Amino acid sequence: MNSILKYFNGLFTGIKSLLIGMSVTWKELWTKKVTQQYPENRATLVISDRFRCELTIPHDENNEHACTACGICQMNCPNGTINVLSAMIETEDGKKKKILDTYTWDLGMCTFCNLCVITCPSDAIKFNNQYENAVFTRSKMIQKLNHKGSKLREKKKEQPLKFPEGGLKDQVL
Amino acid sequence: MLLEFSQPLEYTGLANWFDTTLGSWSLPVKLILVAVALLAAYAIIAMILIYVERKITAFFQARIGPNRVGKYGILQSVADVIKILLKEIIHINNVDKFLFFAAPFFMVVASMLTFGAIPFGKALQAVDFNIGVLYVTAVSSLGIIGVLLAGWSSNNKYSMIGAMRSGAQFVSYELSAGFALMTIVVLTGTMSFSEMIAKQEFCWNIFNGHISSIIAFVIYLISGHAETNRGPFDLPEAESELTAGYHTEYSGLQFGFFYLAEYLNMFIIASIATTVFLGGWMPIQIHGFDGFNQVMWYIPSYAWFFGKTGVLIFLSLWVRWSFPRLRIDQLLNLEWKYLLPINLVNILVMVILVIAGLTLTDLFPILAS
Repeated sequence: MNSILKYFNGLFTGIKSLLIGMSVTWKELWTKKVTQQYPENRATLVISDRFRCELTIPHDENNEHACTACGICQMNCPNGTINVLSAMIETEDGKKKKILDTYTWDLGMCTFCNLCVITCPSDAIKFNNQYENAVFTRSKMIQKLNHKGSKLREKKKEQPLKFPEGGLKDQVL
Repeated sequence: MLLEFSQPLEYTGLANWFDTTLGSWSLPVKLILVAVALLAAYAIIAMILIYVERKITAFFQARIGPNRVGKYGILQSVADVIKILLKEIIHINNVDKFLFFAAPFFMVVASMLTFGAIPFGKALQAVDFNIGVLYVTAVSSLGIIGVLLAGWSSNNKYSMIGAMRSGAQFVSYELSAGFALMTIVVLTGTMSFSEMIAKQEFCWNIFNGHISSIIAFVIYLISGHAETNRGPFDLPEAESELTAGYHTEYSGLQFGFFYLAEYLNMFIIASIATTVFLGGWMPIQIHGFDGFNQVMWYIPSYAWFFGKTGVLIFLSLWVRWSFPRLRIDQLLNLEWKYLLPINLVNILVMVILVIAGLTLTDLFPILAS
C-alpha cells in the first residue's frame, strides 16, 4: 500500500515541479533580452574605468606631458613592452637635462599588468578605455605614445614664503 | 463569395481542370505535381522550423537570436542550407560504405512518407488512407532503421552506443505513442484522418473523451517528443558521453539529412497530434452560432492546421528549454513504469467511456456533427 502511495505521490509531485519549471521559463520568454549588439551599440556601451586598454601619456592643452624619461616604467615592465628613449639637452641656464625623445609601447607584448602605471613617480602614464585595438599588421601595434613636439610640463615655481613684517619671531611671541 | 478567396487551394477544382485539359496524361502529371509540392513543402517547412526554433530558443534564454542575415535574421536558415549544400562530404575509411550512405535516406524517406498522409487542409491530403493512423505509425518508425544503420556502419563505438540507445528509446516510446493514438481510435471508431477530422467539427477529440483524451494527449506529446530525440530526451547524441551519437561520422549533406529529418519529425508529431486531438484543419465551430462559424470558415483551413501545429511545436520547444535532461535509466523508467501502465489503464477507461456513453458527444448529442 505504501509503495502504491509512493508511486502516485512521486508522479504528481513530478508533474507539479515540471509545471513550476515551465512557468519559470514562460516568464523568462518575455523578459528583456540581454544581448549586446556590439557594433551598433558603441554609443551606449559602458566600459569600466578600471578596464585597461591602451597605455597613454596624457597631454594637456599646451602639448605638455609629465614624463621625465626616468625609465622606471621600462625597468618594471615584465615583458619589455616599454622602451623609453631619452635625449640630453642643455637648458638656457647651461644645465644639462634629460628629456623624453620617444616613448614606444608594444600592444602585442603587453599583458596589461599595470605595473608601469603604479610605479611611475610622476603619474605620467595611464591606461585608457579605447577598447577597439584590432589592427591588420603587427607593426601597427608598436605605438609611439608621446605626441610630436610635446615637452615636459614645467613644475610650477614655488612661491617664496612671505614672512610678515617684523619677522616670524615677533608674530609668534 | 468570400469563401472562394479564403479556400483557394481547393484540390478538386484543380484536379478537374487537369482532367479536362490533359486527358489521359492527367494522372501522371498530377502525381508528379503532388510529389513536387510535398518535397517543396518538406524543405520549406524544415527551413521555417529551423528559424523559428533558433528564435524561440534565443527568447527563452534572454537572447535575440539570429538577426544579421536579412531583417530579423529571416534569411538565416537559407544561408544555413546553402552552407550545408556546399560542405564537403568526408569519406571515412573502414565504414560499411553501402549502409553508411543508405542510412540518411532511411531517415528522410521515413519522415517524407508520413507527409503523404497528413491532411494539411481541406482536401489537401495526398493519400487519404482508411487506415491513416496505422500507416503513419508504421512509416514513421522506419526512421529508427536509419539510426541503427548509421550507428552500425560507422564502425565507431560512440555511434554504435548512440544508435542502440536511440533504438531502445524509440521502440519504447513508439509503444506509448501507438497506445495514445489507439485510445482516440477507440473514441472515434475510425482510423482514417479525414473521417476523424469530420467527426471533430463541433467537439475536438481532446474534449470529447474528456479525462481519458487529455491523458492520451499528454502521453502522445511526451512520447512523440521522445521519438524525435530532442529536448530532455536527446540521449542518442549526448555530447559529453557520445560526442554526437549515431551521426558522429557524418558530415555535409549526409548530416544535413539527419538534421532535416529531426526537424521534420517534430513537425510530423505536432501535425498528427493536431489532426487526431485538436480537430486538424477544422475551424473552431460552435453549434448554433452560425454567424461565428461562417466567419471562422473564412480563415483558410491550412491556416488553421498550421496554427494549431505551430502551437504544439511551440509547446515542444518550451518543454525542451524547461526540463532537465533524463539519464538513460530514468528515460526507460518513465516509459515502462509510468507511461505504459497509465496508457493501458487509460485505453480501458476510454473503452468504458465509449461503451457506457459517457463521452461528450454521447452526453450532449448537439455536439455530434
